[in-house]
Amino acid sequence: MTAVSLPITAAFSNEETARYRRRRLVSRVMLSLTGLVTLLALIPLVWIVFYVLKTGLPALSLEFFTQMPAALGQKGGGVRNAIAGTFVVTLIAMIISIPIGILAAFYAACNPNTPLGIAVRFGTDVLSGVPSIIVGLFGYALLVKPMGTYSALAGGVAISIIMLPTIIRTTEEMLKLVPGSLREAGLGLGAPEWRSSLQVVLPAAMAGVVTGIILAIARGVGETAPLLFTILGNDRYSVLGPIQANLPPAQTLSRILLEPADTLTLTMYKYSQQPFPERVLQAWGVALVLMAFVLGLNMLARAIVGWRQKKMGKL
Amino acid sequence: MTPASFELSQPSKLRRVLRHGDLPWSVILIGMCLIVLLVMLGLGWSVWSGSADSRAAINSAQFLLPSGAGSWNPVSDVYNAWPIILGTLQTALVAIVLATPLAVFIAIFLAELCPDALRQPLNFMVEMLAAVPSVVYGLWGIFVFLPVVVRPVGQFLGTYFGWLPMFSGTIPASGTSRLAAGLILTIMILPTITAVTRDVLRAIPRAQREASSALGATPWETISQVLLPFGVSGILGAVILGLGRALGETMAVTMVIGNNTVEASGSLLRPGATLASVIANEFAEAVTPLHSSTLIRLGLVLFIMTLFLNFVARFLVWRVSRSFVTEGR
Repeated sequence: MTAVSLPITAAFSNEETARYRRRRLVSRVMLSLTGLVTLLALIPLVWIVFYVLKTGLPALSLEFFTQMPAALGQKGGGVRNAIAGTFVVTLIAMIISIPIGILAAFYAACNPNTPLGIAVRFGTDVLSGVPSIIVGLFGYALLVKPMGTYSALAGGVAISIIMLPTIIRTTEEMLKLVPGSLREAGLGLGAPEWRSSLQVVLPAAMAGVVTGIILAIARGVGETAPLLFTILGNDRYSVLGPIQANLPPAQTLSRILLEPADTLTLTMYKYSQQPFPERVLQAWGVALVLMAFVLGLNMLARAIVGWRQKKMGKL
Repeated sequence: MTPASFELSQPSKLRRVLRHGDLPWSVILIGMCLIVLLVMLGLGWSVWSGSADSRAAINSAQFLLPSGAGSWNPVSDVYNAWPIILGTLQTALVAIVLATPLAVFIAIFLAELCPDALRQPLNFMVEMLAAVPSVVYGLWGIFVFLPVVVRPVGQFLGTYFGWLPMFSGTIPASGTSRLAAGLILTIMILPTITAVTRDVLRAIPRAQREASSALGATPWETISQVLLPFGVSGILGAVILGLGRALGETMAVTMVIGNNTVEASGSLLRPGATLASVIANEFAEAVTPLHSSTLIRLGLVLFIMTLFLNFVARFLVWRVSRSFVTEGR
């Protein structure tokens, strides 16, 4: 929007000209103020990013990624347990939420006005507004209490609930953008509905769906509150350990899935509360890893969207 | 008739019943939808059934309202949630009051004024502000924001505005206070309100701006007297969405608020607690069954609050977008 400058002619009295000048001045001041406030809002982001970089970088080392935590108050050690746990919890959450999310979105996009379609959209809104701590309480009531143990599985289920609304929403939006004629062409070639959906419509919407999944993962990896009383924390959590121990497969799986675990976010939270400087330093290291991962995923999602728009523009 | 053509015209009975796989397909789709709905109901169920003991033992008025009988004491199983509810409302209000004008200004800049070359990167940075994990805000809050910003600001407010009840008393040396939580929440809900407001402004038909300019309004007059009133219900929706987020935010608040569950102080400079922070802090180490049940009951209160706010917000945003479709252009 550009300022429209009126031709000020003799028809305007001096008083009117002065008033007009004042109005224009107010306009300019307020508009500059909006720009200034925008700059102001970016200060925390820049501050956080640089502070995390500056403080976290010295904490990173090979040991940091490959070692289990050292005893309290000891120097050294790493966060291998948390990396393994984050990996397992996120993987479980993806296995649960991606198929459910995509298929429910398929239903909602194809049947937007049926009671179930409306209910799914409503449910998605509710899920995205529920505080994450309540998702943790749900995970506790659903899995931890009946099974009698905190577990990576319960954490994965809780995180999957955090990821679901993001996946459903983006997938639904993307599916709506696919022209109906594409689906009909599939059906016209004699493909059943499911084949047309999975092999024609879904590939057409793939870039958007992948973007949604990436954003959901970024959100899931950064969550802490749902994990506080689903995985609890475990200094000795390991995936490779049980695998290398040559146990029967069922026992290996249960050691990985059904024991308390740890994640990067939970480690950060716990370490930040401890009076040991080494631990606090490691918390900053974890923050750096986490920020790099989450912001990296967000940038990747952006890049996919941009790449897709470019491709669409060419068509 | 050869067997081959017979097969073509008459698919096997099983395939007919399954409609070439479409029956299982729709069953699976409906099943997945039902899972989503079950999860939604399950969230409500878990906080409702989990808090049954507490609801039976302590009546609601005694639990929720200010009471002189006693405050939050897990060891002797005495629970009054008023200081916690007060802390939740105080921190969320501080965040809303500070974030709303800022977010509206930023949204105006992004939607109306920003040069095209800057728009993409600025939108991206606002999104990043929303993407930073809550626990990172918390860590930065403890070690940077509290000593560098909150404590000096708190001391200033306490010294010069101490006569106001909301700034009475002195801020703890660590800086942990309701003010700290409110300020961190301000940063965290800023992107939420900004993004929705920006989209609301963008959705306003061009004709509105052109009509206003044609009447001789300056750009600012167009924004403040035409666009903002036009989109006010959507912006209100954005603010309420932000409020919902502020009420339910857990980690960052838990890390900077000081976790004082007993002090029903009106002063922002005192440490406090919020519904979410108390659950996060105490649930894993609940002392008695009544304690954990009562913590789940705090979750129930929080769940009802955020659910209600989300409905209102969605309704407002939905009403705006609908009015554009019918009246716009």
